[in-house]
Amino acid sequence: MATTISAPDQIRTEPGSPPSGGADHRTRQGRPALLFLAPFLALYLLFIVGPALYGLVMSFFHTSLVRPGLGEFAGLDNYAEALGSSDFWWALWHTVWFTILTTPPLVVLALVFALLAERVRRGRWFFRLAYFLPYVLPSAVVALIWQWIYTPELGLLSRTVDAFGATAPNWLGDPNWAMVSLAITTVWWTLGFNFVLYLAGLQDVPRDLYEASAIDGAGPWQQIRRITLPLLARTTTLVVVLQVIASLKVFDQMYIMTSGGPNFSTRSALQYVFDVGFTDYRTGYAAAASTLFFLLVLAVSAVWLVMTRRQESEV
Amino acid sequence: MALLESTPGAERDRRSGTGGTALAISVDRRLRLFNRCCVGVLLAFALLWLVPLAWALDTSLKPNAETTDPTWLIENPTLLSYRTVLAQSDILNWYLSSFVTSALAALGTVLTASMAAYALSRLRFRYRRVVFWLVLCGLMIPNQVLIVPQFRELGSVHLLNTWWAVFLPQVPTAIAVFIFKQFFDGIPRDLDEAARMDGAGFFRTYRQVVMPLSRPAVSAVAIFSFVWSWNNLLWPLLAVTDPELMTIPVGLATIQGTYGIRYADTMASAILGALPLVLVFLLFQRRIVEGIAGTGLKG
Repeated sequence: MATTISAPDQIRTEPGSPPSGGADHRTRQGRPALLFLAPFLALYLLFIVGPALYGLVMSFFHTSLVRPGLGEFAGLDNYAEALGSSDFWWALWHTVWFTILTTPPLVVLALVFALLAERVRRGRWFFRLAYFLPYVLPSAVVALIWQWIYTPELGLLSRTVDAFGATAPNWLGDPNWAMVSLAITTVWWTLGFNFVLYLAGLQDVPRDLYEASAIDGAGPWQQIRRITLPLLARTTTLVVVLQVIASLKVFDQMYIMTSGGPNFSTRSALQYVFDVGFTDYRTGYAAAASTLFFLLVLAVSAVWLVMTRRQESEV
Repeated sequence: MALLESTPGAERDRRSGTGGTALAISVDRRLRLFNRCCVGVLLAFALLWLVPLAWALDTSLKPNAETTDPTWLIENPTLLSYRTVLAQSDILNWYLSSFVTSALAALGTVLTASMAAYALSRLRFRYRRVVFWLVLCGLMIPNQVLIVPQFRELGSVHLLNTWWAVFLPQVPTAIAVFIFKQFFDGIPRDLDEAARMDGAGFFRTYRQVVMPLSRPAVSAVAIFSFVWSWNNLLWPLLAVTDPELMTIPVGLATIQGTYGIRYADTMASAILGALPLVLVFLLFQRRIVEGIAGTGLKG
């Protein structure tokens, strides 16, 4: 763990300058250090570390929401049940399917828009506004607006499709279309974040590289392919991994727009946890499902760290 | 894709080029044309991106009966729907809840994280590494997997259905500690050494030297914790069931469907729910964007 986590370059174990004193210094700064750390650490242990450990313990018990205490010891029963449950695997698959549907457009469109915006001299604020504004909206607002847009026959999208002579599907009501519709909404909602990350990455590409290549006769397309894209590789890795993790954690859109339906076709992993924990009152089992889900997210983070390391060693 | 379509011109220039000023001018003109195409494509998409919001606003200004007309034109503009929503729902209470809990979460995050980061950046103590790794582990845990134990924990101390339950778990934010620590590490130590020479204690150095120099980090962390907390749905949905204490996202999620086919009312509630954060965004646009670009989030 220790070796893999240190990969992101913004996190360094050692600050700028070396310790100025020896053991004597340490003891003198120990008390103020404790005072400075106490408020954060207290809340951190209480609300992050504590619940994480409590959840892990709970996952080995038949804990119920409506009974106090941990309940009967379950051993690995909860895990075995989750891994053997088709509902759990379906929920996991829906989450992965949603991730597959949303990640490519959210990365590629953000990159293309950022590349285009780089060539704009005036009015950049307008593009930032248009693409980023949806990102700050609460999921419930996004859901209300898009439910109206997706309304069969009356909604804006159905009308537009009908106007072109095609038959609009029942967007959120058709099991084959519901997830696609949620993906479209999500792309609209969260694209701005990736767009801004790419804009920031583009600022780090040295100007003189473009100038030098222009003198050598390189056109814009060549510049993008030979200079910009290779230099954006690290940003792209970051965007992809942040996006995959965010997509895996999807809950809000499904919960509000489809309640996991129709016919459970859009129930995500987190909603499964929510359902078994708070509708079925099976807290212990829900904790086991959370832990399995956590391992999935952890695996994705690990892949990112390995990739960042490799990119760093290449540079 | 649009990019591909608009490139051949520039590409041809390069191939046929043999040098000379005439060519340079033509390349220049082609490049300008190319750039103009880029702007056109980008503008088209930007307008497309604004359509859903514009449509919601448009619908909200129509009388309910006219919302099913397939037109952008508002024949009888009215604010009736806004009045209905303000009168019939608890939305004013939700504003208050959202505002109080998000402001407290942002304030708590800025204070606790910056203090912890100061200790990690400036002070020497025995368990510094342990603390550092402990906080680092927090980056790996998605808050969403903690909802079940957090719910039981707060239930056991009878804090559910209070504002405390909503904002307290959102205060400790590992990423904020790293953003501050990274920023503090970049501030020259000579400055706080000088303050210490003048007899200032650690706390005064933190409050009067380091923090005032860290405005970009403070505003980035404050704005982001505020927005994240404001938009959080899953946790407040569990923590609060009393309609008067609900936050905007939870309240809107519970009333969805209650207006049925009164689409203007539904859209008015959506617009009202969006309004505060749209204002925050318009006020702090630069800071938000710089915050994403300039703090720990960049690759």
